[in-house]
Amino acid sequence: MTELFSIDNISCAYGNQKVLHELSFSLTPGLFYGLIGPNGSGKTTLLDLILGNLTPHCGEVRFKDREVTQYSRRELAKEIALVPQDFRINFDFTVFDVVMMGRHPHIRRFANPSDNDHDIVNNVLAELEIDNLKNRLITQLSGGEKQRVIIARALAQNTPVLILDEATSSLDIQHSLQIFQVLKERSQAHGATIVAAIHDLNFAAAYCDTIILLNQGRLTTIGPPPKVLNAERLQQVFAIDCHAYLEPFSGAHQIAYRY
Amino acid sequence: MPKVSFPLIMSGLSLLLLLTVISSTGLGYIPISASEVLSSILSRLSGTIPFDLDQTQQAVIMDVRLPRVLTAALVGGGLAMAGAIFQAILLNPLADPYTLGVSSGAAFGAALALILNMTLLGGYSVPMFAFVGALSAVFAVLALAASDRNYAANSLILAGVIISAILSAGIGFIKYLADEQVSVIIFWLMGSFAARSWSDVGMVLAATIITLLTSLFYGRDLNIMSLGLRSSDSLGVDTARTRKTLLIIASLITAISVSVSGIIGFIGLIIPHLMRFIIGPDNRKLIPASCLAGATLLLVADTISRAVLPREVPIGVLTALIGGPFFCLIFKQKQLGAR
Repeated sequence: MTELFSIDNISCAYGNQKVLHELSFSLTPGLFYGLIGPNGSGKTTLLDLILGNLTPHCGEVRFKDREVTQYSRRELAKEIALVPQDFRINFDFTVFDVVMMGRHPHIRRFANPSDNDHDIVNNVLAELEIDNLKNRLITQLSGGEKQRVIIARALAQNTPVLILDEATSSLDIQHSLQIFQVLKERSQAHGATIVAAIHDLNFAAAYCDTIILLNQGRLTTIGPPPKVLNAERLQQVFAIDCHAYLEPFSGAHQIAYRY
Repeated sequence: MPKVSFPLIMSGLSLLLLLTVISSTGLGYIPISASEVLSSILSRLSGTIPFDLDQTQQAVIMDVRLPRVLTAALVGGGLAMAGAIFQAILLNPLADPYTLGVSSGAAFGAALALILNMTLLGGYSVPMFAFVGALSAVFAVLALAASDRNYAANSLILAGVIISAILSAGIGFIKYLADEQVSVIIFWLMGSFAARSWSDVGMVLAATIITLLTSLFYGRDLNIMSLGLRSSDSLGVDTARTRKTLLIIASLITAISVSVSGIIGFIGLIIPHLMRFIIGPDNRKLIPASCLAGATLLLVADTISRAVLPREVPIGVLTALIGGPFFCLIFKQKQLGAR
């Protein structure tokens, strides 16, 4: 299968601070990637490079046939959606309006949303079970509710690639599971490629096809969860005492910590 | 929130503005009836010579009052639009057209022209200097904030504060040097629509139309930019370019407004705020509605100052006296609401 993204020997720095060192790997379409690493390991910077928000100081990020920075914003917005870490909104838009903003790249400048756009938005609201919030103001929602609205907005963008930066940081366990289920479904049934920066190793191990492990701006390993997330390596990267095993109840590879 | 249809609100605001223009033109030292005002304007527009109109009244309407009335309305509309645009770009519902140092720049330019007794451009010297000062301040702010390639809201606000502080010190120094001319400077800064001409009307009208069209063109992008830089970029908006374009347009209309009328605060802050209560945050509706409402409010304020009060109060002082407490109210309510 042809690669969707190929990241070739990229390095990136902010001023004198080198953030990423000579990273090379590629992403295959239709897989669910988990991006793992300690705080400050360069996860968000790597996502910014994939999104074309940053230009690497050397090396290149290719998306399909071109370098990602050579696409126009609008072209990219039809291909790649983002759920950012930060989701503050200061203006009183309704939940429906915010999710409809996800349709922006598909609607011409002075056109109104079509019936199809409305259907897509309503379906996403139903899928995430937030249709009851539809007419509420985004400014009046709780942090977790807001985060689900922002995820819905990205899903409404209906792109083949979905990038998430700590997208479930404010969610309770029920809704975290729901979101990961929806993402898994998008990747398996619709062939979407998903790249998610995830802090919870057990979620990453349970849901992702491939784990990308970063440490201090370098790619430590990339591979299936049981191969990447073993006790020895986690000890090395996160400095924690843990045990990796096949958990019988969920049937997933999981990590147990010494508390 | 009461749901009234947008076309209905716009027609209501337009009608209100029209009635305010006609009645303001009639009010003053020589009272003129609304029908006389109307027939005078219509006859001038159609080019026919009115046989039943008093020549003095005709002159008062066409040469004195109407230019002032229209300038006040256009400046009000322009400042309100600029306020809405600044609030959308800086992601801050409490930003105003003067946030980026436009007013300090204009004040510095005007003060400089007044103390140097500039007569280079005749009567236009002070407004031209104010205009150049205002734009220079904005470009200095943009240059200072440009090291952050995205023109992030915080960098812009901070750069605005720095440039304003430097210019305020400059104005203070000029006032110190000015001796007896200091009163002229202070009076100019307080704002006035007295003795505006048709060329002022034309200039502000052109800027208002450009601002309105540009903001309508970028209306949806502005809405999306309220989600934050990362989100708007990923939704296909060229955020940095859109921000820069709109900042320049909004600063331009603010600079032109200041150069014809001096510094008039609070219109750009309060009008978009009020309109948001009525029609919500959608900039495609908010900006045109703010334009009409700002025009009406500033015209009413100027008419009260000119024709109702026993002695003319500088319009900038009047709007600040009314707008200030009102703003405190909004601010307090917002804090309570946020809890």
